[in-house]
Amino acid sequence: MAQDGTASGGSPVWEGYLAGCKAGAVSVFQIVLIGTYISIGALAHDLGYSVVWVVLSTLVVWAAPAQVIMITALAAGAAPIEVAVAVSLSGVRLLPMVVALLPILRTPSSRLPGVVLAAHFTAVSMWMEALRLAHRRPPEQRIAFANGIGTMLIASASLASVAGFYFARVLPEPLVGGLLFLTPMSFLVSVVRSSRMISDRIAAVAGLVLSPLLALLGVGLDLMWTGLVGGTAAYLVHRVARARR
Amino acid sequence: MTADLWPYLILVVVGFLPNEVWRWLGVFFSRGLDETSEALLWVRAVATAILTGVVAKIIVFAPGALAGVPLWIRLGSAAVGMAAFALFRQSVFAGVVAGTAALIAADLVIGR
Repeated sequence: MAQDGTASGGSPVWEGYLAGCKAGAVSVFQIVLIGTYISIGALAHDLGYSVVWVVLSTLVVWAAPAQVIMITALAAGAAPIEVAVAVSLSGVRLLPMVVALLPILRTPSSRLPGVVLAAHFTAVSMWMEALRLAHRRPPEQRIAFANGIGTMLIASASLASVAGFYFARVLPEPLVGGLLFLTPMSFLVSVVRSSRMISDRIAAVAGLVLSPLLALLGVGLDLMWTGLVGGTAAYLVHRVARARR
Repeated sequence: MTADLWPYLILVVVGFLPNEVWRWLGVFFSRGLDETSEALLWVRAVATAILTGVVAKIIVFAPGALAGVPLWIRLGSAAVGMAAFALFRQSVFAGVVAGTAALIAADLVIGR
């Protein structure tokens, strides 16, 4: 295999990026993201934030649950440190997501800025699409491919944040409620769809049951315990099932 | 001037950094991990449990306008979405549209 871009039509990085942009533009997650970020823009408007602030939050945080938590908690007058802890807990999932995705994308010659950008773009939407599609690209194109997907998704989400902010006054409350429901609903079906192994399926069910239970019981760091206990139990079941075969 | 910049400083300190640190740690830990390694299977299981954990928390402890919708409608709509997802050959789109439409319809018809 030629390592340098001998293919006609430019470097493998550029080729991968353009292919990623195309995949991102037609992604089914576009609809979900646009609806979700309209609701986040509307929420931020109603709670007194500025439009620039909301768009920046979409660009730098790029995680709908974290943004919802941050926007509602700050507006409710919570102490910044409390908000930071809540946001951080909702983001724990990003660590294993990045760890699962990057080994598929990177090669020994991948440069760090591209890798860090791909990690920044990692959110459920981009993660699902990259895991599904990246293996079809040549390895040296994959980081750029994922960044192309991320670019198109974050661009739409930013525009939707602006739209939601300015349309907040005319959007009926049941519609905004429905749009806020897009985040959990899309997470749920996406996870089930990408769960092919028994460990993933058991982990999905364990997470659904454990996290509200732990939160209701008042256990601190509930999301972290949900992941460690539910995920480890699911992995052990997978090992036992495999040993029996 | 400092007063104008305050909300942006808050955004970086309570929004960007606490969230982004997990992505940076992911970059660090992913070095040298094989995409088929056993450790990665465990890591994926942990990610999946946290992900559905976030889902359950948003549905049960709903934010903003979603909090005005009764809990049983939120749970029922999630079930409708899952059923549509299974019915339409594991279509993410069908599941999301059906679940969200069910929530809005139930909210409008049955009310708050």
